[in-house]
Parts: sequence; structure tokens; C-alpha cells
Amino acid sequence: MGIKKPFLSEEALRGGYGFEAIPTGVSPDVLLETLSQEVSQRGFIVTQLDKVAAWAQAGSLWPMTFGLACCAIEMMQTAAARYDLDRFGVVFRPSPRQADLMIVAGTLTNKMAAPLRKVYDQMAEPRYVISMGSCANGGGYYHYSYSVTRGCDRIVPVDVYVPGCPPTAEALLYGILQLQRKIGREKHFSRC
Amino acid sequence: MGISKELESLGSLIAEEIGTDILSRTVAYNELMVTVERQSIVRVLTYLRDSESFCFVQLMDVCGVDYLGREPRFDVVYNLLSLSHNRRLRLKVEVEEGMPVPSVTSVYSSANWWEREVFDLYGIPFDDHPDLRRILTDYGFEGHPMRKDFPLTGYVEVRYDEEQKRVVYEPVKLPQAFRTFDFESPWEGMDYAAQTLKPEDNREGN
Repeated sequence: MGIKKPFLSEEALRGGYGFEAIPTGVSPDVLLETLSQEVSQRGFIVTQLDKVAAWAQAGSLWPMTFGLACCAIEMMQTAAARYDLDRFGVVFRPSPRQADLMIVAGTLTNKMAAPLRKVYDQMAEPRYVISMGSCANGGGYYHYSYSVTRGCDRIVPVDVYVPGCPPTAEALLYGILQLQRKIGREKHFSRC
Repeated sequence: MGISKELESLGSLIAEEIGTDILSRTVAYNELMVTVERQSIVRVLTYLRDSESFCFVQLMDVCGVDYLGREPRFDVVYNLLSLSHNRRLRLKVEVEEGMPVPSVTSVYSSANWWEREVFDLYGIPFDDHPDLRRILTDYGFEGHPMRKDFPLTGYVEVRYDEEQKRVVYEPVKLPQAFRTFDFESPWEGMDYAAQTLKPEDNREGN
């Protein structure tokens, strides 16, 4: 038995696939038109597995419902009608098992540090942490207090820090969008 | 009759009916404050609650005060409310460090957690309390943080230890030293600058 002839052409194996890759940064209209043309002509589109995974993950970030102090009020505001986190597929979940994002919203006290870590440990991978507000970022107003942890990054690894006291809903929203960008650049599948 | 006159007469009525357990009474800022003998606080509160002429059936708060350097050092403060007479009354008990105060949970059940709070933050023990343990501070916390001689930053801080896979407690190590700012004074910034200037620079004025 001879060597099986490859399904793809020589050109395709070199990376050409017989058609031009869509350049990054094109307008959504052009992108959508090109994609629908490809689907209607060929019945499939070619992309990278990493990008699909990242796209899926970034598009359905489910944060843990976990408010510690006044920042939580602003976090609720971000989720409510005016800023509407639903638009980005961000839906608050009542269980760490179902969540893949933790927004540390408020002052983290020493007494709460161990439960916070426990909740973080219960979350399934891949998981992300947004530190929201001065207190969570570095103790903030209570930096010298006997009872406050000087930054939640002493307890959990933080992906995005949102400054403010408390940060506005826009600021938190921007932080979530930054996290989505960060997830978009991640590579989960390594080539062997 | 003005409110302060009314409070004066209420104070004298209390002193008259209860007697020697009332150590002193003052009216200030339209509020009546009565100092009570420590050992008889339960009896006094029971009387003020049950007597027709007082009817202080609600205990609004119990708190502690630390007058560092005074003898005796602490105050325990009881704030009472009588809805039927539309009156408020503040009782104080003076207590030395380590001396117990009789618990008033048998008179007002709401005192339970407040006495725990006072015990937690000031270290004042309460006799005959059903469940006297810390209520606010961390598990295994040492010291009583609302005492004036408790250091602001405390003694321990927490960190997650990757090897032990748990949150560990360590002695406080501040990367940024604490600085005292006098926010009352508009010249605080100048003072701070003057202190850091060398004496020879000072001659030219600052």
C-alpha cells in the first residue's frame, strides 16, 4: 500500500488553502459578508482552534456572584439594565462550580481571605479574577488596618485590576472587555 | 417645659426612685446621661424597664469606651428607649481593666451580641453571659482592636501559600511605612517640609 494521497492540495498544505485569509481588523460588515460567502460557497470556514476556544470563552464569561462591600453595588449596576452585562454573555452565577470569573468587589478582610480562596479553588479551570476597586487592588483606604488584607492578589492570582473607589460601572465594564481581549490572545492548544 | 427641664426632672425622678446606685447624672445636648454603680446595673435596668413611670422597654445599643489613662479605664454605655413616653436615656458604667460587668442579657435579650462585641473589641468581660466569645474579629484573633493602645496595623497579615495550599498568617511587614497626616491643619504640608529641611536651609525661611 502506497502513501495515501493527501486530501488537501499541495498549495493547501503550504498554508494557502486556495483562498486568502481574512485580514485582521476588517470592519464587522466586511467580515460577516466574507464569512457568509465562504459558508455559502464552500460550506465551511477555516480558522484556528485556539481562536474558536478563546472566542467561546470570552463570549460567555460567567462571574461568581460574590460581593464584599460597596463595590458590589456598582457591580450590580453594571449587570443591571443600563450597562447590561448580558450583552457580553456575562451572566452572574450563584455557584463557583458554574462560574469562570470571580470579580473581587470590595474590601477583602483577613477573616474573609480563606473563604475567598476556597471559593476560587472551587471554580473550574479556566478561571479568571478581576480585582475591582482600591481595597481589592491594594487595601486602599484600609491599607494600614489590622483586619484588612492588603490586596486580594495576596490570596488569588489577578488578571485585571480595575481602579476606583468604587469604580464606575463603565470602568468595570471596560475591565471585563480588557479581560475578554486577554482571553482572546490565549493559546490553549499547543502544536505537538 | 423645655426638653432639658424635662430631662432634669426625669433624672431626679430616677435618682429618687433608684437611690444610691445612681452615682451621677448630667443633661447635655438635650440628652440625659446617668452613671450607675457597676454591680447594680442589672437591678437598675430591670427597674427602668418594668416601672410604669419609665417603661424603657427597648435597649438600642450597648457599647464600650476606652479612656486610656483614666481610672477606671473603660465605660460601658447602655442606650435605652421608651416608645410609650417618647424618651431616651443613656446609662454608663465605669469599669477597670479586667473587671467584669454583670451581663444584662437576662433583662434585654438584645444585649447578647452587643456585649459580645464590647468583649471582642475592648476586652471587657461580662459575668453570666450565655455565650461570651468573639463576634467580629478574625478566628484566633489576639488583642482587642478598639483599645487605644492597640496598634493600628495589628500584629498579623495574611497571604496564600502556594506550597501549603492554604492562607497563612505572618507578622506584619509593611512595604510602605505608615505616615501620620494632620488633616485638620491646612499647614500640615509646610510642617512636613520644614521637618525635612536641614537647619542651614531653614535660615532663609520656608
